[in-house]
Amino acid sequence: MGIVARSRVKSPWIFHLNTGSCAGCDIEIVAALTPRYDAERLGCVLVGSPRHADVLLVTGPVTRQMLPRFIRVYEQVPEPKVVVAVGTCASSGSPFLGGQMVEGPVDKIVPVDVYVVGCPPRPEAIVKGIVTAVKKRFG
Amino acid sequence: MKNMVTEKHGETKDVEVDYARLRIPFGPVHPALKEPVSLRVTVRKEEIVDVDIVLGHVHRGIEGLAENRNLVQTLYLVERVCGICSHSHTTCYVQALEEIGEIKPPERALYLRTLIFELERIHSHLFLLGVLAYEIGFDTLFMFTWHVRESILDLFEKITGNRVHHSMNTLGGVRWDVDQSMVEEIMSTMKNLHKYVQQIHDSFQDKSVEKRLCDVGFLAKDEAIRLCVVGPTARGSGVDMDVRRDHPYAAYNDLREDFSVVVKEKGDVYARTEVRILELFESINIIQKILAKLPGGNIRVEDNIIKLMRRIPQGEAISLVEAPRGELLYFVKTNVKGGLSRLKIRTPTIPNVLGLKPMLVGCEIADIPVIIASVDPCMACANRITVVDAVTGEEETMDTSVLRRKR
Repeated sequence: MGIVARSRVKSPWIFHLNTGSCAGCDIEIVAALTPRYDAERLGCVLVGSPRHADVLLVTGPVTRQMLPRFIRVYEQVPEPKVVVAVGTCASSGSPFLGGQMVEGPVDKIVPVDVYVVGCPPRPEAIVKGIVTAVKKRFG
Repeated sequence: MKNMVTEKHGETKDVEVDYARLRIPFGPVHPALKEPVSLRVTVRKEEIVDVDIVLGHVHRGIEGLAENRNLVQTLYLVERVCGICSHSHTTCYVQALEEIGEIKPPERALYLRTLIFELERIHSHLFLLGVLAYEIGFDTLFMFTWHVRESILDLFEKITGNRVHHSMNTLGGVRWDVDQSMVEEIMSTMKNLHKYVQQIHDSFQDKSVEKRLCDVGFLAKDEAIRLCVVGPTARGSGVDMDVRRDHPYAAYNDLREDFSVVVKEKGDVYARTEVRILELFESINIIQKILAKLPGGNIRVEDNIIKLMRRIPQGEAISLVEAPRGELLYFVKTNVKGGLSRLKIRTPTIPNVLGLKPMLVGCEIADIPVIIASVDPCMACANRITVVDAVTGEEETMDTSVLRRKR
């Protein structure tokens, strides 16, 4: 395993995209990075640009306005990449399924590697989701 | 600067073009924003000259969805308007239904609703103070505030079973009771919390924090009144308003003597931050009073929620609560079939986001994130009702998404 491939497993860089979630999943993602759960001890770093990321965390049921932005962000993440759908909205669209403005769920638009369900999922579950995704694609 | 002749709609006009002016798009996906909102900022060198705020990226059509569901299903839908103030939304909705159906929840239920309400206010204010510290680059304080916040989430989990969406409210009462050991635990948590909040309060007195927060993002009192700004944003500009005192609901009528409304006159980012820190002390105080006064009895009028739902006739009602971000209003109109014919939600972020324009004009680019954070915008709340324009080139994007699905 080369140094780049090894670093990808040792320190996955994460980009978080809100595609219309209620902010419940988003605060749990931030909670997963703060002292109690501390995903940074596993080398996870939350980055500000999708171009720097290995892992794309997607929350929300993909609203019509966010759809083109979501696709653009997805394309900006360099290969190889993993997509983690965080929350029930991102995984299945419920309870917003059938709404006029909802284009999701996420796997209707881009391929998803790991689904983390829950409304919202606990921070431990989000950390496990990231670990599973990294193992699956880069491990 | 230079005078130019331009043609617009067939007319020739003299237009002054300022080459030092720049338009910077800010968002919707931006590292400083946790939720999508788009700002088109016009700047002259470093100074902000004009701001255009574009909402609607989180528009999910909740009001439309509610009209196709029954009253109980809508209770769980409105909880998901916003993840941070979910209890405020359900309380507001349930109050309106109880008014239409003339259901009177027991005294204990009202007290428990107020208890969760104040716990939610503490969690929301700590959340914001952490984000504000993060935006000015004070990561130690951010981590500390979020660590303190976890103790409140633990209480939520022990009382209701979930950390974020509590599902505490039901028609005619609440779903979970609090026993004596829980009361003692909340009491001891509040005692610790008071100590931690004092530390956070002292950290915000720090010189370098004051330098970033003082004298930026001004909102004058008359401007705040004109824009109908609500909540801590209004109270930071010297507008004395609070639904808990002015139109008491749940148990706030009994607790009227136990809290005061925090008002600061200055109207800058620091004043709004200070209002929130001092409100934390008030909330801790209210919770201690609630636990001391907690009456006995049932926690709901009827266990079978479907039976209660069928009792609600056709009618309409308006309900108000003071959410952590300000005044939240629900207009509920029920029909004969046990559903909703109209649901209108006016969240506090909508007027508060309008207040961003006078705050930002005249400040510098580096202050944009901290000023936005200081009004505590909750885009998930605000974007339910915005009219969404058709995005140009939508069809093309759909095609690539179809291709991607086949990959």
